[in-house]
Amino acid sequence: MAHARLSPRQYLILGLVSLCAPLGDTCLSRGMTSLPDITLAHPATLIAAVFTPWIAVGIALLIGFFASYLTALSWADLTFVLPATALGNVIVALFARFWLHEAISLERWAGIVLITVGVGFVAHGPSLTERPAAQAAALAEPATLGKEQAQ
Amino acid sequence: MTVPYPAPQPGFWAACSMIAAIVLASTAGEVLTAAAMKSIGDLDEIRAHSGLKGAIRAVLTCPLFFAGVSFLSLAFFALLFALNHMNLSLVAPASASLTLVTNAIAGKIFLKENVDRRRWTSAVLVCIGVYLLAH
Repeated sequence: MAHARLSPRQYLILGLVSLCAPLGDTCLSRGMTSLPDITLAHPATLIAAVFTPWIAVGIALLIGFFASYLTALSWADLTFVLPATALGNVIVALFARFWLHEAISLERWAGIVLITVGVGFVAHGPSLTERPAAQAAALAEPATLGKEQAQ
Repeated sequence: MTVPYPAPQPGFWAACSMIAAIVLASTAGEVLTAAAMKSIGDLDEIRAHSGLKGAIRAVLTCPLFFAGVSFLSLAFFALLFALNHMNLSLVAPASASLTLVTNAIAGKIFLKENVDRRRWTSAVLVCIGVYLLAH
């Protein structure tokens, strides 16, 4: 599975990971900036913020992200799945610029591009670590247990 | 409709502390969650054999998963707190990319993943990117 081509369904899951996270973050930002300053002296106000509309939509999108993320982690390395969210940085910047009307300087754009290049660079490597037979067997044992529990 | 408050931006060290809290909690959560998902196995295969309920049951009966979710929840509230004080275009990319670097380190140490020269080079590029982003 390590080097097999990803199926369209797996690409779709990685796409959801990339899209849901920035959309959710943008909704959270929209919700949090419309609230008065929250301090550590009144932590309950942070809990109350969860039930405001923008924050609630943001949380729903982040639940979608988390479900896709868990699925992806079940068939790929953590260090392979994380680059899938790199495009999310660019999407966040675009949302912040054109929806939230935040100012983004040239340096920040350069930073975002550099991060994406760095993450794209690592994404071209192997997706799953090759393990010796003994380690693979040790990993397979709990996996089998998980499937038995599921059945 | 509520008018957004123009919140003053925090100082350098306060901003670093808020981002560090997100990164540390997020890294612990993601490594624990990744370890949990590896121990469970391919969710697509489990769902093919046992249906969606079986896949959900397999995830919810894994203690490591709950340890990971606890840290991810902590990271989430740290993110909410930071978003209340800083711009999304700084908080989201900075915490996400720094988490990538710390995850590469934690992945090598705790998950025994193969973090080769390509991945370290990527980590350096990401760090420079984060500096430019916060500059």
